[in-house]
Amino acid sequence: MAKVYYSEEHEWVRVEDDGVAVVGISDYAQQQLGDIVFVDLPEVGKELSKGDEAAVVESVKAASEVYASVSGTVTEVNEALADTPNLVNESPQEDGWFFKLTLSDQSELEELMDEAAYADYVKGLE
Amino acid sequence: MSDNDLLRTPLHDLHVELGARMVPFAGYSMPVQYPAGIMSEHRHCRSAAALFDVSHMGQILVTGEKAQAGLEALMPIDLSTLPEGQQRYALFTNSSGGILDDLMVARLAEGFMLVVNASRKHEDMAHLTENLAEGATAQLLEDQALLALQGPQAASVLARLSPGVDKLPFMHVADVEIAGFSCRVSRSGYSGEDGYEISVANADAAALARRLLEEEEVAPAGLGARDSLRLEAGLCLYGNDIDESTTPVEAALTWAVQKSRRTAGGFPGDKVILEQIEKGVERKRVGLKAEGRAPVREGTAIEDKDGNTIGRVTSGGFGPSVEMPIAMGYVPPAFSAVGTELVARVRNKAVALEVVKLPFRAHNYYRG
Repeated sequence: MAKVYYSEEHEWVRVEDDGVAVVGISDYAQQQLGDIVFVDLPEVGKELSKGDEAAVVESVKAASEVYASVSGTVTEVNEALADTPNLVNESPQEDGWFFKLTLSDQSELEELMDEAAYADYVKGLE
Repeated sequence: MSDNDLLRTPLHDLHVELGARMVPFAGYSMPVQYPAGIMSEHRHCRSAAALFDVSHMGQILVTGEKAQAGLEALMPIDLSTLPEGQQRYALFTNSSGGILDDLMVARLAEGFMLVVNASRKHEDMAHLTENLAEGATAQLLEDQALLALQGPQAASVLARLSPGVDKLPFMHVADVEIAGFSCRVSRSGYSGEDGYEISVANADAAALARRLLEEEEVAPAGLGARDSLRLEAGLCLYGNDIDESTTPVEAALTWAVQKSRRTAGGFPGDKVILEQIEKGVERKRVGLKAEGRAPVREGTAIEDKDGNTIGRVTSGGFGPSVEMPIAMGYVPPAFSAVGTELVARVRNKAVALEVVKLPFRAHNYYRG
Protein backbone atom coordinates (compact mmCIF):
# COMPACT_ATOMS: atom_id res chain seq x y z
CA MET A 1 0.00 0.00 0.00
CA ALA A 2 1.65 3.22 -1.13
CA LYS A 3 2.31 5.76 1.61
CA VAL A 4 0.61 9.13 1.37
CA TYR A 5 2.21 12.29 2.73
CA TYR A 6 0.49 15.64 3.34
CA SER A 7 1.61 19.25 3.45
CA GLU A 8 0.19 22.04 5.56
CA GLU A 9 -1.13 23.54 2.31
CA HIS A 10 -3.33 20.46 1.90
CA GLU A 11 -1.51 18.73 -0.92
CA TRP A 12 -0.93 15.00 -0.79
CA VAL A 13 1.99 13.09 -2.30
CA ARG A 14 1.69 9.35 -2.86
CA VAL A 15 4.87 7.50 -3.76
CA GLU A 16 4.06 4.52 -5.97
CA ASP A 17 6.08 1.32 -6.10
CA ASP A 18 8.03 2.49 -9.15
CA GLY A 19 9.25 5.57 -7.27
CA VAL A 20 6.95 7.93 -9.10
CA ALA A 21 5.14 10.42 -6.88
CA VAL A 22 1.50 11.28 -7.55
CA VAL A 23 0.32 14.69 -6.32
CA GLY A 24 -3.12 16.13 -5.64
CA ILE A 25 -5.11 18.12 -3.12
CA SER A 26 -6.84 16.72 -0.07
CA ASP A 27 -10.53 16.26 0.62
CA TYR A 28 -10.35 19.15 3.08
CA ALA A 29 -8.90 21.39 0.35
CA GLN A 30 -11.55 20.51 -2.23
CA GLN A 31 -14.28 21.16 0.31
CA GLN A 32 -12.82 24.58 1.10
CA LEU A 33 -12.51 25.46 -2.58
CA GLY A 34 -16.01 24.43 -3.56
CA ASP A 35 -17.01 23.44 -7.07
CA ILE A 36 -13.87 23.33 -9.22
CA VAL A 37 -14.28 24.48 -12.79
CA PHE A 38 -10.72 24.42 -14.07
CA VAL A 39 -7.29 23.18 -13.07
CA ASP A 40 -4.24 24.82 -14.62
CA LEU A 41 -1.68 22.02 -14.59
CA PRO A 42 2.10 22.26 -15.11
CA GLU A 43 3.71 21.21 -18.37
CA VAL A 44 5.16 17.72 -18.63
CA GLY A 45 8.92 18.10 -18.22
CA LYS A 46 8.65 21.09 -15.89
CA GLU A 47 11.11 21.08 -13.01
CA LEU A 48 9.51 22.04 -9.74
CA SER A 49 11.28 23.02 -6.57
CA LYS A 50 9.57 22.65 -3.25
CA GLY A 51 7.55 25.81 -2.71
CA ASP A 52 7.13 26.66 -6.40
CA GLU A 53 3.67 27.32 -7.73
CA ALA A 54 2.79 24.00 -9.31
CA ALA A 55 -0.84 24.40 -10.35
CA VAL A 56 -3.80 26.73 -10.06
CA VAL A 57 -7.26 25.56 -9.12
CA GLU A 58 -10.19 27.69 -10.27
CA SER A 59 -13.45 27.34 -8.38
CA VAL A 60 -16.56 29.24 -9.32
CA LYS A 61 -15.60 32.17 -7.13
CA ALA A 62 -11.80 32.33 -7.05
CA ALA A 63 -8.43 30.99 -8.15
CA SER A 64 -6.13 29.23 -5.65
CA GLU A 65 -2.48 28.38 -6.12
CA VAL A 66 -1.20 24.91 -5.35
CA TYR A 67 2.47 24.88 -4.34
CA ALA A 68 4.86 21.98 -4.84
CA SER A 69 5.40 20.24 -1.53
CA VAL A 70 8.29 18.22 -2.98
CA SER A 71 10.85 18.88 -5.73
CA GLY A 72 11.00 16.93 -8.96
CA THR A 73 10.23 16.78 -12.66
CA VAL A 74 6.69 16.48 -13.94
CA THR A 75 6.26 13.27 -15.92
CA GLU A 76 2.54 13.16 -16.47
CA VAL A 77 -0.55 15.31 -15.88
CA ASN A 78 -4.13 14.17 -15.37
CA GLU A 79 -5.70 14.89 -18.78
CA ALA A 80 -9.13 13.89 -17.47
CA LEU A 81 -9.29 17.12 -15.47
CA ALA A 82 -9.58 19.17 -18.66
CA ASP A 83 -13.09 17.87 -19.36
CA THR A 84 -14.10 16.85 -15.87
CA PRO A 85 -12.47 19.16 -13.33
CA ASN A 86 -15.14 18.10 -10.85
CA LEU A 87 -13.19 14.85 -10.41
CA VAL A 88 -11.13 16.85 -7.94
CA ASN A 89 -14.26 17.41 -5.85
CA GLU A 90 -15.58 13.90 -6.25
CA SER A 91 -12.39 11.90 -5.86
CA PRO A 92 -9.64 14.21 -4.61
CA GLN A 93 -7.25 11.46 -3.58
CA GLU A 94 -7.83 9.03 -6.45
CA ASP A 95 -9.28 10.02 -9.85
CA GLY A 96 -8.75 13.74 -9.11
CA TRP A 97 -4.92 13.50 -9.02
CA PHE A 98 -3.09 16.47 -10.59
CA PHE A 99 0.31 15.33 -11.83
CA LYS A 100 3.10 12.83 -11.38
CA LEU A 101 6.72 13.62 -10.54
CA THR A 102 10.04 11.87 -10.40
CA LEU A 103 11.36 13.06 -7.06
CA SER A 104 14.72 14.77 -6.96
CA ASP A 105 15.09 14.69 -3.18
CA GLN A 106 13.37 11.84 -1.31
CA SER A 107 14.35 13.34 2.03
CA GLU A 108 11.79 16.12 1.50
CA LEU A 109 9.09 13.53 2.19
CA GLU A 110 10.21 13.40 5.80
CA GLU A 111 9.21 17.04 6.22
CA LEU A 112 5.60 16.18 5.37
CA MET A 113 2.88 14.71 7.58
CA ASP A 114 1.54 11.20 7.44
CA GLU A 115 -2.17 10.43 7.25
CA ALA A 116 -2.72 10.47 11.01
CA ALA A 117 -0.76 13.66 11.59
CA TYR A 118 -2.63 15.39 8.77
CA ALA A 119 -5.99 14.31 10.18
CA ASP A 120 -5.00 15.89 13.50
CA TYR A 121 -3.78 19.01 11.72
CA VAL A 122 -7.13 19.42 9.91
CA LYS A 123 -9.04 18.90 13.17
CA GLY A 124 -7.07 21.74 14.63
CA LEU A 125 -8.18 24.04 11.82
CA GLU A 126 -11.89 23.47 12.21
CA MET B 1 -13.16 43.76 11.05
CA SER B 2 -13.69 40.87 13.44
CA ASP B 3 -16.71 38.62 13.08
CA ASN B 4 -18.08 40.22 16.22
CA ASP B 5 -18.41 43.52 14.40
CA LEU B 6 -20.42 42.06 11.54
CA LEU B 7 -24.11 42.72 11.39
CA ARG B 8 -26.53 39.85 11.17
CA THR B 9 -29.76 39.49 9.27
CA PRO B 10 -32.75 37.83 11.00
CA LEU B 11 -31.88 34.66 9.08
CA HIS B 12 -28.33 34.36 10.42
CA ASP B 13 -29.01 31.47 12.78
CA LEU B 14 -30.99 29.67 10.09
CA HIS B 15 -28.05 29.93 7.70
CA VAL B 16 -25.69 28.47 10.28
CA GLU B 17 -28.17 25.72 11.05
CA LEU B 18 -28.32 24.87 7.34
CA GLY B 19 -24.55 24.55 7.25
CA ALA B 20 -23.84 27.74 5.33
CA ARG B 21 -20.32 29.05 4.93
CA MET B 22 -20.63 32.60 6.26
CA VAL B 23 -18.48 35.42 4.89
CA PRO B 24 -18.34 39.17 5.51
CA PHE B 25 -20.18 41.21 2.90
CA ALA B 26 -21.08 44.90 3.12
CA GLY B 27 -20.63 44.75 6.89
CA TYR B 28 -22.87 41.71 7.31
CA SER B 29 -22.19 38.06 7.97
CA MET B 30 -23.78 36.45 4.91
CA PRO B 31 -23.98 32.95 3.45
CA VAL B 32 -21.76 32.57 0.38
CA GLN B 33 -22.90 28.99 -0.11
CA TYR B 34 -24.60 26.07 1.63
CA PRO B 35 -23.34 22.47 1.67
CA ALA B 36 -24.79 21.83 -1.81
CA GLY B 37 -22.27 24.27 -3.29
CA ILE B 38 -22.46 27.18 -5.69
CA MET B 39 -22.91 25.17 -8.91
CA SER B 40 -25.73 23.11 -7.45
CA GLU B 41 -27.47 26.16 -5.96
CA HIS B 42 -27.13 28.01 -9.24
CA ARG B 43 -28.59 25.13 -11.26
CA HIS B 44 -31.37 24.65 -8.74
CA CYS B 45 -32.40 28.26 -9.26
CA ARG B 46 -32.62 27.72 -12.99
CA SER B 47 -34.65 24.53 -12.67
CA ALA B 48 -36.72 24.89 -9.50
CA ALA B 49 -36.79 27.60 -6.80
CA ALA B 50 -33.89 29.07 -4.85
CA LEU B 51 -34.34 31.09 -1.67
CA PHE B 52 -31.90 33.93 -1.02
CA ASP B 53 -31.51 36.14 2.04
CA VAL B 54 -30.96 39.67 0.76
CA SER B 55 -31.88 41.44 3.99
CA HIS B 56 -28.57 43.27 3.93
CA MET B 57 -29.87 45.41 1.08
CA GLY B 58 -31.42 48.78 1.84
CA GLN B 59 -35.16 49.37 1.73
CA ILE B 60 -35.76 53.11 1.73
CA LEU B 61 -39.22 54.66 1.89
CA VAL B 62 -39.45 58.17 0.43
CA THR B 63 -42.59 60.06 1.39
CA GLY B 64 -44.02 63.53 1.26
CA GLU B 65 -45.50 65.98 -1.21
CA LYS B 66 -42.15 66.57 -2.84
CA ALA B 67 -41.10 62.92 -2.97
CA GLN B 68 -41.65 62.51 -6.69
CA ALA B 69 -40.01 65.78 -7.66
CA GLY B 70 -37.20 65.15 -5.21
CA LEU B 71 -36.41 61.75 -6.68
CA GLU B 72 -36.67 62.98 -10.24
CA ALA B 73 -34.07 65.61 -9.39
CA LEU B 74 -31.66 62.81 -8.48
CA MET B 75 -32.40 60.20 -11.13
CA PRO B 76 -32.95 60.29 -14.90
CA ILE B 77 -36.37 58.72 -14.45
CA ASP B 78 -39.93 59.83 -15.20
CA LEU B 79 -41.98 58.86 -12.20
CA SER B 80 -45.17 60.43 -13.53
CA THR B 81 -45.53 57.38 -15.78
CA LEU B 82 -44.97 54.90 -12.96
CA PRO B 83 -48.38 53.69 -11.74
CA GLU B 84 -49.03 52.68 -8.17
CA GLY B 85 -48.08 49.07 -7.65
CA GLN B 86 -45.31 49.06 -10.23
CA GLN B 87 -41.56 49.39 -10.09
CA ARG B 88 -38.76 50.35 -12.38
CA TYR B 89 -34.96 50.00 -12.55
CA ALA B 90 -33.26 53.32 -11.86
CA LEU B 91 -29.89 54.97 -11.30
CA PHE B 92 -28.64 57.64 -8.92
CA THR B 93 -26.15 59.78 -10.82
CA ASN B 94 -23.49 62.25 -9.70
CA SER B 95 -22.43 65.57 -11.17
CA SER B 96 -19.94 63.88 -13.51
CA GLY B 97 -22.64 61.61 -14.87
CA GLY B 98 -21.25 58.66 -12.92
CA ILE B 99 -23.50 56.09 -11.26
CA LEU B 100 -23.88 56.37 -7.49
CA ASP B 101 -26.06 53.27 -7.25
CA ASP B 102 -28.50 51.16 -9.24
CA LEU B 103 -31.81 50.37 -7.64
CA MET B 104 -35.48 49.53 -8.00
CA VAL B 105 -38.08 52.26 -7.40
CA ALA B 106 -41.68 51.24 -6.71
CA ARG B 107 -44.67 53.56 -6.34
CA LEU B 108 -46.72 52.57 -3.31
CA ALA B 109 -49.78 54.26 -1.84
CA GLU B 110 -47.65 55.75 0.92
CA GLY B 111 -44.77 56.93 -1.24
CA PHE B 112 -41.83 55.43 -3.13
CA MET B 113 -39.99 52.30 -2.05
CA LEU B 114 -36.36 52.15 -3.10
CA VAL B 115 -34.42 48.90 -2.89
CA VAL B 116 -30.72 49.68 -3.02
CA ASN B 117 -27.42 47.80 -2.85
CA ALA B 118 -26.21 46.77 0.57
CA SER B 119 -22.79 48.28 -0.11
CA ARG B 120 -24.32 51.65 -0.96
CA LYS B 121 -27.29 52.06 1.35
CA HIS B 122 -25.58 54.45 3.70
CA GLU B 123 -24.23 56.52 0.83
CA ASP B 124 -27.71 56.54 -0.73
CA MET B 125 -29.33 57.67 2.52
CA ALA B 126 -26.79 60.47 2.90
CA HIS B 127 -27.36 61.45 -0.72
CA LEU B 128 -31.13 61.56 -0.22
CA THR B 129 -30.98 63.34 3.12
CA GLU B 130 -28.68 65.96 1.69
CA ASN B 131 -30.53 66.52 -1.54
CA LEU B 132 -34.22 65.90 -1.00
CA ALA B 133 -36.01 69.19 -0.70
CA GLU B 134 -38.29 70.02 2.20
CA GLY B 135 -41.53 68.17 1.72
CA ALA B 136 -39.79 64.87 1.10
CA THR B 137 -38.39 62.45 3.66
CA ALA B 138 -36.29 59.33 3.22
CA GLN B 139 -36.41 56.58 5.80
CA LEU B 140 -34.23 53.48 5.84
CA LEU B 141 -36.46 50.63 7.01
CA GLU B 142 -34.37 48.86 9.63
CA ASP B 143 -37.17 46.48 10.70
CA GLN B 144 -37.79 44.92 7.30
CA ALA B 145 -36.02 41.85 5.97
CA LEU B 146 -35.82 40.93 2.29
CA LEU B 147 -35.93 37.45 0.77
CA ALA B 148 -35.77 36.47 -2.88
CA LEU B 149 -37.42 33.35 -4.26
CA GLN B 150 -36.14 32.82 -7.79
CA GLY B 151 -36.67 30.13 -10.40
CA PRO B 152 -39.26 28.59 -12.76
CA GLN B 153 -41.07 26.96 -9.80
CA ALA B 154 -41.13 30.07 -7.62
CA ALA B 155 -44.59 31.12 -8.78
CA SER B 156 -46.26 27.79 -8.17
CA VAL B 157 -44.61 27.48 -4.76
CA LEU B 158 -45.62 30.95 -3.68
CA ALA B 159 -49.16 30.58 -5.04
CA ARG B 160 -49.66 27.63 -2.68
CA LEU B 161 -48.92 29.91 0.24
CA SER B 162 -50.48 33.05 -1.23
CA PRO B 163 -53.21 32.22 -3.73
CA GLY B 164 -53.18 34.40 -6.81
CA VAL B 165 -49.66 35.72 -6.41
CA ASP B 166 -48.68 33.74 -9.50
CA LYS B 167 -50.69 36.24 -11.52
CA LEU B 168 -48.73 39.25 -10.29
CA PRO B 169 -47.24 40.77 -13.44
CA PHE B 170 -43.50 41.25 -13.89
CA MET B 171 -42.27 44.43 -12.15
CA HIS B 172 -45.51 44.80 -10.19
CA VAL B 173 -45.62 45.12 -6.42
CA ALA B 174 -48.37 44.02 -4.07
CA ASP B 175 -49.10 43.62 -0.37
CA VAL B 176 -49.98 39.98 0.21
CA GLU B 177 -50.06 37.38 2.95
CA ILE B 178 -47.68 34.50 2.51
CA ALA B 179 -48.42 31.59 4.85
CA GLY B 180 -50.12 34.10 7.13
CA PHE B 181 -47.22 36.60 7.18
CA SER B 182 -47.78 40.15 5.91
CA CYS B 183 -45.40 40.80 3.03
CA ARG B 184 -44.79 43.14 0.19
CA VAL B 185 -43.76 41.22 -2.90
CA SER B 186 -42.46 42.35 -6.24
CA ARG B 187 -42.25 40.13 -9.30
CA SER B 188 -38.57 40.78 -9.94
CA GLY B 189 -35.11 39.62 -9.11
CA TYR B 190 -31.43 39.46 -9.92
CA SER B 191 -31.20 35.96 -11.40
CA GLY B 192 -32.65 36.29 -14.88
CA GLU B 193 -35.38 33.82 -13.85
CA ASP B 194 -39.00 34.42 -12.90
CA GLY B 195 -39.27 35.12 -9.20
CA TYR B 196 -40.21 37.35 -6.34
CA GLU B 197 -38.55 39.65 -3.87
CA ILE B 198 -40.33 39.48 -0.56
CA SER B 199 -40.18 42.21 2.05
CA VAL B 200 -41.26 40.99 5.47
CA ALA B 201 -40.89 42.20 9.05
CA ASN B 202 -37.64 41.13 10.72
CA ALA B 203 -39.69 39.36 13.39
CA ASP B 204 -41.33 37.11 10.77
CA ALA B 205 -38.41 36.62 8.40
CA ALA B 206 -36.90 33.41 9.77
CA ALA B 207 -40.29 31.76 10.18
CA LEU B 208 -41.25 32.68 6.61
CA ALA B 209 -37.94 31.40 5.28
CA ARG B 210 -38.36 28.11 7.16
CA ARG B 211 -41.87 27.76 5.81
CA LEU B 212 -40.69 28.32 2.24
CA LEU B 213 -37.88 25.80 2.68
CA GLU B 214 -40.49 23.19 3.64
CA GLU B 215 -41.74 23.28 0.06
CA GLU B 216 -39.93 20.53 -1.81
CA GLU B 217 -39.01 22.68 -4.79
CA VAL B 218 -37.22 25.23 -2.60
CA ALA B 219 -33.53 25.07 -1.65
CA PRO B 220 -31.39 27.78 -0.06
CA ALA B 221 -28.84 29.62 -2.21
CA GLY B 222 -26.07 31.99 -1.17
CA LEU B 223 -24.25 35.00 -2.50
CA GLY B 224 -21.94 32.89 -4.62
CA ALA B 225 -24.80 31.55 -6.69
CA ARG B 226 -26.46 34.98 -6.68
CA ASP B 227 -23.36 36.34 -8.39
CA SER B 228 -23.03 33.56 -10.98
CA LEU B 229 -26.74 33.84 -11.80
CA ARG B 230 -26.70 37.60 -12.33
CA LEU B 231 -23.53 37.36 -14.41
CA GLU B 232 -25.15 34.87 -16.77
CA ALA B 233 -28.15 37.22 -16.90
CA GLY B 234 -25.85 40.08 -17.95
CA LEU B 235 -26.82 42.18 -14.91
CA CYS B 236 -24.41 44.70 -13.45
CA LEU B 237 -22.88 44.41 -10.01
CA TYR B 238 -22.30 47.81 -8.40
CA GLY B 239 -18.68 48.19 -7.50
CA ASN B 240 -17.59 45.91 -10.34
CA ASP B 241 -19.40 46.71 -13.59
CA ILE B 242 -20.71 50.11 -12.56
CA ASP B 243 -19.44 52.69 -10.11
CA GLU B 244 -19.03 56.43 -9.74
CA SER B 245 -16.58 56.49 -12.63
CA THR B 246 -18.93 54.87 -15.14
CA THR B 247 -21.81 56.70 -16.80
CA PRO B 248 -25.04 54.94 -17.78
CA VAL B 249 -24.10 55.34 -21.44
CA GLU B 250 -20.69 53.72 -21.00
CA ALA B 251 -22.37 50.97 -18.98
CA ALA B 252 -24.82 50.21 -21.81
CA LEU B 253 -27.64 51.30 -19.46
CA THR B 254 -28.86 54.18 -21.60
CA TRP B 255 -32.27 52.54 -21.60
CA ALA B 256 -32.47 53.38 -17.87
CA VAL B 257 -32.15 57.06 -18.74
CA GLN B 258 -35.79 57.60 -19.62
CA LYS B 259 -36.37 59.22 -22.98
CA SER B 260 -38.55 61.94 -21.52
CA ARG B 261 -35.63 63.03 -19.32
CA ARG B 262 -33.18 63.30 -22.19
CA THR B 263 -34.36 66.62 -23.52
CA ALA B 264 -34.62 68.82 -20.47
CA GLY B 265 -32.21 67.00 -18.15
CA GLY B 266 -32.59 68.11 -14.56
CA PHE B 267 -30.61 65.37 -12.83
CA PRO B 268 -26.97 65.25 -11.72
CA GLY B 269 -24.53 64.86 -14.61
CA ASP B 270 -27.26 65.49 -17.18
CA LYS B 271 -25.01 67.46 -19.52
CA VAL B 272 -22.34 64.75 -19.60
CA ILE B 273 -24.87 61.97 -20.10
CA LEU B 274 -26.90 63.74 -22.77
CA GLU B 275 -23.75 64.60 -24.70
CA GLN B 276 -22.65 60.96 -24.58
CA ILE B 277 -26.05 59.83 -25.82
CA GLU B 278 -25.66 62.20 -28.75
CA LYS B 279 -21.96 61.90 -29.52
CA GLY B 280 -20.91 58.52 -28.20
CA VAL B 281 -18.53 57.28 -25.54
CA GLU B 282 -14.89 56.24 -25.32
CA ARG B 283 -15.59 52.89 -23.73
CA LYS B 284 -18.54 50.51 -23.53
CA ARG B 285 -19.56 47.61 -21.34
CA VAL B 286 -19.69 44.37 -23.32
CA GLY B 287 -20.23 40.68 -22.71
CA LEU B 288 -17.29 38.37 -23.30
CA LYS B 289 -16.88 34.65 -23.54
CA ALA B 290 -13.51 32.97 -23.12
CA GLU B 291 -12.19 29.96 -24.96
CA GLY B 292 -11.39 26.96 -22.80
CA ARG B 293 -12.49 26.61 -19.23
CA ALA B 294 -10.30 29.00 -17.26
CA PRO B 295 -12.35 31.85 -15.79
CA VAL B 296 -11.25 35.35 -16.76
CA ARG B 297 -11.83 37.43 -13.67
CA GLU B 298 -12.29 41.10 -12.77
CA GLY B 299 -9.22 43.22 -13.21
CA THR B 300 -7.86 41.14 -16.10
CA ALA B 301 -6.46 43.23 -18.94
CA ILE B 302 -8.16 42.93 -22.34
CA GLU B 303 -5.85 43.14 -25.34
CA ASP B 304 -6.38 43.52 -29.03
CA LYS B 305 -4.83 41.01 -31.45
CA ASP B 306 -1.61 43.06 -31.50
CA GLY B 307 -1.08 42.85 -27.76
CA ASN B 308 -2.18 46.40 -26.90
CA THR B 309 -4.18 46.68 -23.69
CA ILE B 310 -7.48 48.24 -24.73
CA GLY B 311 -9.76 47.47 -21.80
CA ARG B 312 -10.38 45.65 -18.56
CA VAL B 313 -12.66 42.92 -17.24
CA THR B 314 -15.03 44.12 -14.50
CA SER B 315 -16.80 40.84 -13.71
CA GLY B 316 -15.87 37.32 -14.66
CA GLY B 317 -16.34 33.74 -13.66
CA PHE B 318 -17.63 30.41 -14.79
CA GLY B 319 -21.26 30.20 -15.88
CA PRO B 320 -22.69 26.89 -14.61
CA SER B 321 -25.69 27.03 -16.94
CA VAL B 322 -23.86 28.16 -20.04
CA GLU B 323 -20.94 25.91 -19.12
CA MET B 324 -18.21 28.29 -20.11
CA PRO B 325 -16.19 31.16 -18.67
CA ILE B 326 -18.03 34.46 -19.12
CA ALA B 327 -17.17 38.02 -18.29
CA MET B 328 -18.17 41.63 -18.67
CA GLY B 329 -15.73 44.42 -19.27
CA TYR B 330 -15.17 47.79 -20.90
CA VAL B 331 -13.60 48.24 -24.32
CA PRO B 332 -13.51 51.14 -26.80
CA PRO B 333 -16.54 51.19 -29.14
CA ALA B 334 -14.32 50.12 -32.04
CA PHE B 335 -13.89 46.76 -30.31
CA SER B 336 -17.43 46.36 -29.03
CA ALA B 337 -19.16 44.70 -31.99
CA VAL B 338 -20.49 41.21 -31.33
CA GLY B 339 -17.99 38.71 -32.70
CA THR B 340 -14.93 40.88 -32.10
CA GLU B 341 -11.98 38.69 -31.14
CA LEU B 342 -9.87 39.91 -28.25
CA VAL B 343 -7.33 38.46 -25.84
CA ALA B 344 -7.19 38.23 -22.06
CA ARG B 345 -3.96 37.73 -20.25
CA VAL B 346 -4.48 35.13 -17.50
CA ARG B 347 -1.37 34.10 -15.54
CA ASN B 348 0.76 35.28 -18.46
CA LYS B 349 -1.07 33.07 -20.92
CA ALA B 350 -3.18 34.45 -23.74
CA VAL B 351 -6.82 33.39 -23.54
CA ALA B 352 -9.01 34.03 -26.57
CA LEU B 353 -12.04 36.22 -25.91
CA GLU B 354 -15.03 36.96 -28.09
CA VAL B 355 -17.52 39.79 -27.64
CA VAL B 356 -21.01 38.29 -27.30
CA LYS B 357 -24.48 39.68 -26.92
CA LEU B 358 -25.86 40.04 -23.41
CA PRO B 359 -27.41 38.25 -21.65
CA PHE B 360 -25.34 35.09 -21.86
CA ARG B 361 -28.49 33.15 -21.07
CA ALA B 362 -31.94 34.40 -22.08
CA HIS B 363 -34.10 35.81 -19.32
CA ASN B 364 -37.19 33.87 -18.21
CA TYR B 365 -39.23 36.75 -16.84
CA TYR B 366 -42.97 36.28 -16.38
CA ARG B 367 -44.83 37.61 -19.35
CA GLY B 368 -48.36 36.74 -18.16
